[in-house]
Amino acid sequence: MTRSLPVWWRRRIPRYRLIGARCKECGKIHYPPRTSCPYCGSNSLEEVQLPRRGILESYSVIYSVPGDNRLNAPIIVGLVNINGVRIVAELTDVLPGELSTGLEVEAVVRKISETSDTGIITYGVKFRPVLGAGSGAGQDTGEA
Amino acid sequence: MTQERPESRTGIHGWGAYVPRWRLPMEEIARVWGWPPHQYKGLNVKEKSVDSPDEDSTTMAIEAGYNALLRAKVDPSEIKAVFFGSESKPYAVKPSATIVAEALGITPVTMASDLEFACRAGSEGLRASIGLVSSGMMKYAMAIGSDTAQAEPGDVLEFTASSGAVAFIVGPREGAAAVFEATYTYVTDTPDFWRRALKPYPRHGEGFTGEPAYFHHIMSSVKNLLEETGYKPSDFKYAVFHQPNGKFPVRVGKRLGFTMEQIEPGLVTPFIGNTYNASALLGLARVLDRADPGDLILVAPFGSGAGSDTYILRVTEAVKEKQGLAPRFDDYLARRKTIDYALYTRYRKILTMLPRG
Ligand SMILES: [Zn+2]
Repeated sequence: MTRSLPVWWRRRIPRYRLIGARCKECGKIHYPPRTSCPYCGSNSLEEVQLPRRGILESYSVIYSVPGDNRLNAPIIVGLVNINGVRIVAELTDVLPGELSTGLEVEAVVRKISETSDTGIITYGVKFRPVLGAGSGAGQDTGEA
Repeated sequence: MTQERPESRTGIHGWGAYVPRWRLPMEEIARVWGWPPHQYKGLNVKEKSVDSPDEDSTTMAIEAGYNALLRAKVDPSEIKAVFFGSESKPYAVKPSATIVAEALGITPVTMASDLEFACRAGSEGLRASIGLVSSGMMKYAMAIGSDTAQAEPGDVLEFTASSGAVAFIVGPREGAAAVFEATYTYVTDTPDFWRRALKPYPRHGEGFTGEPAYFHHIMSSVKNLLEETGYKPSDFKYAVFHQPNGKFPVRVGKRLGFTMEQIEPGLVTPFIGNTYNASALLGLARVLDRADPGDLILVAPFGSGAGSDTYILRVTEAVKEKQGLAPRFDDYLARRKTIDYALYTRYRKILTMLPRG
């Protein structure tokens, strides 16, 4: 997978800070911000800081991970609902067996990609179970 | 104290801890390398924290910094300096401080730099922050200590080298949770621990790591500041020292005249290992998590090479409302999950799969 450094750089701030876009025409919010509203097509958008906590609506576990991302396997992709705004993002610090829909999750900044030990490291938002809620606190089984 | 010290015009407005989720028990390391129990039992460390494969010292600093911002309740753009102290920078050249500052909304009108002084670079950032704020050059500055500490597999350092981060927002004494009454730094050229350029793992100079390095520098710095200020050990509620293991901080504290009751609350290494630049400062964060107005705190970080700072802080009324504004150190401690050595090699990329460029 080729990654464009200029494209990643232009998008870094929304991805570091979970900044979405609100449509001035229909009022709907989306993330990550696009050049036009995915609901009505309007180009009239403004930045909006999203809350960091949301609910896990659905998720998918990718066990067979190709290439340079395999060290992160299994990769868990979640559909997170933050006050009605749906975000597709990786989940982190959680094992597949600990997941359930309805889990409260919070945004953190993690490494998104690292293609070699000489290239640029890209960072962005992922979600993890909120501290103290379902992330194994007090229920350590001694295995991972 | 008679004359006003410049640092007494400053204090801590926000503090934030971060500890990754995974823990590797000492017994598991010993099992893999065949160490006998006496090699690690005396360290007084139960297990060490291990970062996830998508974490590094920069991401951990972002979370610690975010927690500090939640407690400080200041507009990030009012922070005019970000100091990132680490000996495990993701890039040899490219500042982590700018990434952290950008992620936290502090950019673009700010100083930002990465500092290196083994385990005390984060503390140097704290002293620099105090100077910049007390001089009136800026209202707020952020100092971070963050490490994903390296240890060669099979080296004794592997028992304790762990991962964690801590951040402080320094600002004017008005509104601070704790005010800096006095600070002190003591450094010499000492060959106790080093890592050469382009080398992945550090080396330690046997015979230099204990007395000539850790004990000499911490004791000199603490004793000299107590003498300058006229305080005695019994004046303090808490005493926190750099924690390369769970035994040195207790020993140095007792030699200086402090009691277990003063030392124990800030002792974090027994639960998470040595987080290097975060070590003693995470202990301070944990103490602030529970401190009461009026408490007097002594903190003495140490870094190899070698040097030690001592800080004397007086806790204020503001501490109580700030304690609950962000996760506490103990909240991160509670989400622990143990892993085995095999997973450790994958998470720490000792098991390498990235194409070598
Ligand atoms: Zn629209």
